[in-house]
Amino acid sequence: MNSILEAKNIDKYFLTPTKFHVLKDISLQVQRKEFVSIMGKSGCGKSTLLYILSTMDTSYTGDLIIDGQSMNNQSKDDLSRIRNEKIGFIFQFHYLLPEFTVLKNVMLPALKLGKEDRKTIEKNALAKLDLLGIVDQANKKASKISGGQKQRVAIARALINNPKIIMADEPTGNLDSKNSEIVFNVLRSLSDEFDMSMLVVTHDHDFAAKTDRIIEMEDGYIVKDK
Amino acid sequence: MDKLRLILDISKTHLLAKKKQTLVAALGVTFGIGMFIIMMSFMTGLNILLDGLVLNRTPHIQVYNKTTPTEYQPANKYFDEVSNINQIYSIKPKSRLDRIHNALPILSELKKNDDVLGATPQTTCKVFYLSGSNNLNGVISGIEVNEEIRLFNFNEYVVDGDVNSLIKKKNSILLGSGIAKKLSLSVGDNIQITSTNGTNFSLNIGGIYQSGLAEVDDIQSFVNLKMAQQISSAGGNYISRIHVKLKDIEKAVPFSKLIENIYDVEALDINTANAQFDTGSDIRTLISYAVSITLLIVAGFGIYNILNMFIYEKMNDIAILKATGFTGKDVMYIFILQALFIGFIGAFLGMAIGYGGSVLIDNIKFETEALPTIKTYPINYNPNFYILGFIFATVSTFLAGYLPAKKAQKIDPIDIIRGQ
Repeated sequence: MNSILEAKNIDKYFLTPTKFHVLKDISLQVQRKEFVSIMGKSGCGKSTLLYILSTMDTSYTGDLIIDGQSMNNQSKDDLSRIRNEKIGFIFQFHYLLPEFTVLKNVMLPALKLGKEDRKTIEKNALAKLDLLGIVDQANKKASKISGGQKQRVAIARALINNPKIIMADEPTGNLDSKNSEIVFNVLRSLSDEFDMSMLVVTHDHDFAAKTDRIIEMEDGYIVKDK
Repeated sequence: MDKLRLILDISKTHLLAKKKQTLVAALGVTFGIGMFIIMMSFMTGLNILLDGLVLNRTPHIQVYNKTTPTEYQPANKYFDEVSNINQIYSIKPKSRLDRIHNALPILSELKKNDDVLGATPQTTCKVFYLSGSNNLNGVISGIEVNEEIRLFNFNEYVVDGDVNSLIKKKNSILLGSGIAKKLSLSVGDNIQITSTNGTNFSLNIGGIYQSGLAEVDDIQSFVNLKMAQQISSAGGNYISRIHVKLKDIEKAVPFSKLIENIYDVEALDINTANAQFDTGSDIRTLISYAVSITLLIVAGFGIYNILNMFIYEKMNDIAILKATGFTGKDVMYIFILQALFIGFIGAFLGMAIGYGGSVLIDNIKFETEALPTIKTYPINYNPNFYILGFIFATVSTFLAGYLPAKKAQKIDPIDIIRGQ
């Protein structure tokens, strides 16, 4: 009952250019408050797995259960709502909306959720930005800040709805060691303080070493899980 | 409500962030709609002008006496046709007067009819125009000037002099421009004419009449009705034609039948008199429709193309919005809203440009001898073109936004991200 995310026998094929079995019978569980990293060589399917676990990719077979709720027969709109409420996702390349301000980027998922009024959301967003040390950039356009700052804005955005689990696809992949350090510390403290689970795909051995559990993948299989 | 506000907010940010792109997309719509309005205004303006040339001056019904052989010959009455075969050779028409029998009562009864806008009497007589040793044959029509002006815009065809001179002076004549040219006469000069029974009259030229049709202008002149009756050496009840204008031109055919049934006259309706004109008019209308549909289709594809590009450039944003929890419907509404906004802006600008272009054409000089009343190119300011253009712009931008937005609604966000 303590598992926030459970995947059972997940198989996935890429059909183009040729049929390719990317994920082979993947089963895993992530517990509440757990900080898990997934490692593996490029092309082993770890990003693909993360996209499936985050419900953004729906073409797979197997069972996916998030927070006790099966994802298998949900409509795409329902999946959007679940992503909005329960999952925070951080991309390798930040993926902010370039036309909007930093603050607006962070606010949008909460505005979509619509549980609080605009004022409260703005306050919360500023608090999250403060937590990440970039509150002074709040009113700049997202396209006008540095890469490290962008990644932190993306984290703030992932946090805004206080999700149950944060998934990150190589969040430090493009950052120097100093910024990587900052990002890791933020994620670590979030996991500890806000009871969030973390599922992070990474290449970075130092980063992975500091997490609770490392899942290693190779050629579509989980080869090591400890 | 909050949801709508959020969607509006995102759409607004998108549009304002790339003002130039938004403007270019809107201008694409503007150009299509503007051209549509200008072309339609110009083409239908021209059609109305050409229709008007004929319709305004042609009576809806012409009433006159026709010289034809009697259809039911007395011989047939005597030897009934069932038991006999009657062959009558060399049938000749009965001699009839040129004038309409009982013209004045018919005229006043026609004028009282509810369907009739007006009826004018005319007395036509054949004459020779004399100038030195030259004799030109021609026709003079006696008219009631005021009624002719009211019903058939007669004043528009008097290019020189004063149309009212016919009222002011009894022996005044509005001379056909062809005759005036041949005899080198101008306003104020006198002209001698001889009637068919040999009487000479000296008339004063009060104005020059030009219809634009050379064969008419070479023979036709106008005088006062009384003067024409005098030339024909006949009384005030000598009227050879009655021209009727109806309130509704569509009734011309049944009404002419009615006149023929009640009175002992021939009644020629405008449809029969101008059958070939009608065909030409129909074909011109057909061409206008074909051109306008083509214009709209071309404009529609332009609009579709531009908006498609506009939305595909935003694919990244679609993926991000979806990844952070926006539903397919939200994304669809966001882009349809932007498309509609571009459509509205473009349509309004297009209507403005269409109107401006129309005014411009309306002020370009266009003078031709054939059309004395026309000074500039004709434009038809029909609000329907503007309404149609506006509706088309909004509908086509909606579709142009809807189709890619619908696609964006269905796609998994990761498919967009992975595709880059």
